[in-house]
Amino acid sequence: MTMHTLSVLVENKPGVLARVSGLFSRRGFNIGSLAVGETENPDVSRITIVVNADSSPLEQVTKQLNKLVNIIKIVELDPQVSVARELLLVKVRADRSARGQVLETVNLFRARVVDVAPETLTVEATGTPDKLAALLRDLEAFGIKEMVQSGTVAIGRGSRSITAGPALRAA
Amino acid sequence: MTRPTPETLATSARRARAAVEPPRDVDRPCGATPTVPAVRTPVPAPAQVSGAGSLVRSLEALGVEVIFGIPGGSILPAYDPLYDSTVRHILVRHEQGAGHAATGYAQATGRVGVCVATSGPGATNLVTPIADAYMDSVPLVAITGQVARPSIGTDAFQEADIQGITLPITKHNFLVQSAEELPRALAEAFHLAATGRPGPVLVDIPKDVLQASTVFAWPPTLDLPGYRPTLHPHGKQIREAARLMAIARRPVLYVGGGVLKAGATDGLRRLAELTGIPVVTTLMALGAFPDSHPQHLGMPGMHGTVAAVYGLQKADLIIALGARFDDRVTGQLDSFAPDAAVVHADIDPAEIGKNRHADVPIVGDARHVIDELVGAVTVEQSAGHRPDLDDWWSQLQELRKRYPLGYDEPADGTLSPQYVLRRLGEIVGPEAVYVAGVGQHQMWASQFISYEKPRTWLNSGGLGTMGYAVPAAMGAKVGRPETVVWGIDGDGCFQMTSQELATCALEGIPVKIAVINNGNLGMVRQWQALFYGERYSNTELGTHKHRIPDFVKLAEALGCVGLRCETAEDVDQTIEAAMSINDAPVVIDFVVGKDAMVWPMVAAGTSNDEIMFARGVRPVFDEDEV
Repeated sequence: MTMHTLSVLVENKPGVLARVSGLFSRRGFNIGSLAVGETENPDVSRITIVVNADSSPLEQVTKQLNKLVNIIKIVELDPQVSVARELLLVKVRADRSARGQVLETVNLFRARVVDVAPETLTVEATGTPDKLAALLRDLEAFGIKEMVQSGTVAIGRGSRSITAGPALRAA
Repeated sequence: MTRPTPETLATSARRARAAVEPPRDVDRPCGATPTVPAVRTPVPAPAQVSGAGSLVRSLEALGVEVIFGIPGGSILPAYDPLYDSTVRHILVRHEQGAGHAATGYAQATGRVGVCVATSGPGATNLVTPIADAYMDSVPLVAITGQVARPSIGTDAFQEADIQGITLPITKHNFLVQSAEELPRALAEAFHLAATGRPGPVLVDIPKDVLQASTVFAWPPTLDLPGYRPTLHPHGKQIREAARLMAIARRPVLYVGGGVLKAGATDGLRRLAELTGIPVVTTLMALGAFPDSHPQHLGMPGMHGTVAAVYGLQKADLIIALGARFDDRVTGQLDSFAPDAAVVHADIDPAEIGKNRHADVPIVGDARHVIDELVGAVTVEQSAGHRPDLDDWWSQLQELRKRYPLGYDEPADGTLSPQYVLRRLGEIVGPEAVYVAGVGQHQMWASQFISYEKPRTWLNSGGLGTMGYAVPAAMGAKVGRPETVVWGIDGDGCFQMTSQELATCALEGIPVKIAVINNGNLGMVRQWQALFYGERYSNTELGTHKHRIPDFVKLAEALGCVGLRCETAEDVDQTIEAAMSINDAPVVIDFVVGKDAMVWPMVAAGTSNDEIMFARGVRPVFDEDEV
């Protein structure tokens, strides 16, 4: 099984997320991660779904998603020609003795400190899931008190836009 | 009763063919109205009305002639303008009856069926018929009242999140947020229900929305940017399908309910006769191709004919039209039709490749698909590409001859249910509509009544809803009042929804119900006999032993004529007596033996190769012939 990233353009209406997530659970597919937000068109939201599936079940889930009336368009993003990012906020134990090393790690990963307390630092990082996993691995040595991670958001490289299709003009 | 011989089959086939007109389609929803809902009444001028008034005027503007429902607190405002409306409201006895009646109406006429219920329990009582309509792709619009908007989410009296509950069993659903949205929501609901792959759509309307003041304006503009069903197939795929049809040695046309829904039965007959390819029609497609047609092998699947099951199993090419490779048809999927290439045409892209890989996927409305296939096959044939199917046909004919549908008379001298249904079909004829419940009687009705025309056989195929028959027959009769409508029910099914006979009696809906009363949950009992060592746990209903209920008295209590038939000698005259009554619903209690079984049978989960012709009898397939 491989990870697939689906960009799903949906009507910005109440309940659409429930339709999408419900479809995944009742058809027996697992969502790896999910992120939702508005697009440049306020009537349209974009859901980025990462699915772990073989290509044939993935085709079935895509077709089933397409049947949902509120779904306007689904594009699978090829990792080779797209940019995928997650956001991580992590509260790391960093007392006086460890603080220097923590900051060194933060700088190494081009992360940022967004909050400082006597015993902890809160670090913000964005990047690919791999990069964030590596950062977390390094920070674990100091002690992670709390963390929160967003789902993947992804966009295709180059000047083409998936929102430019004829489907959206109808919206 | 004897088994039909090949000779009698052939003669009756010829006779029936001569007598039967090519099937004509009653009406068709698929793709008929791509953007604008069908407006059958003059367009009303904008007017100040309540939300409820807007709802009722929208239904009128959509051409709705009848709705089935029960009022209650939240939907009550809608019933006031309904009182003066041209829309006929039929007051049912249980909301499940409203839902199945709307489904029967839709299946018999091809138009959208409409049911109405109040919030909470009214709405949840619609869940079974909505799920049923979803599985069988029936164009149904369910309108439910909801508690007022400020009360939503507070566990208010009679509150249920029916939109959430029906998410997985509707094609789409709406929770209307303002009275202004009502005309558009209804127009969209009807459009979604009737076009593409038809299905149920629920419109949930809070009470304060019904009470609000609004301006009714018609027609509304549909706003469905994500809904674009593909109606016209891809020409390249059609040509590829025709090419395979021209070289196949053992092709089969596997016809599903989509062909009926698309109104494609005339085209199907042309395609079949042009190619000479054998036809099988699924449980949902009976009537799409005349049973009497010499190219018709019968129904495939768990209780299909040996010829139809074998035909698919040994095919080298399956042309699936509006069918979905359901488990009841394929048996164990891994061993289904192992040598067949598959052409799969369906209006729903998600059906293609879902269960069985399609070598030639075709997305489109069955009518367009079949018409274009006829054209492409004609091109192939004029190029001299016409396969020789003689060997294939001689194998199939041999199987038909050796393993026709039949049954043995019960050894205990009881009335044979198969005989009852065969006589019913013969006496009543192919013009009537037959509506079956779920179980043994349904299978026997599918086997022993001959279906010659589209929309003459209604049943609950996908969901297998016991209790479907009485209310669905009621809906069918309302939709086609000039047609004789026979419900065929089991004693178990009948007791689930027989209360709707009171509706039939009071509303002047003279359906006829044949209760095939074997005193048991017969199909379950059959499985207990075959797979559970004859341990009959909780399948005896007591309708024989104790005559509780007495169906004749029950029928009379519900305002119907009740008749009883217990012997083969009385079958004809009892059916004729029922046929002579047209001013009241009639119920016949056919008291039949409890040991009759449905054969042939492919046991659940086994391969179609394991089909049993009768108990302990496996057909002999000469593998060398293939």
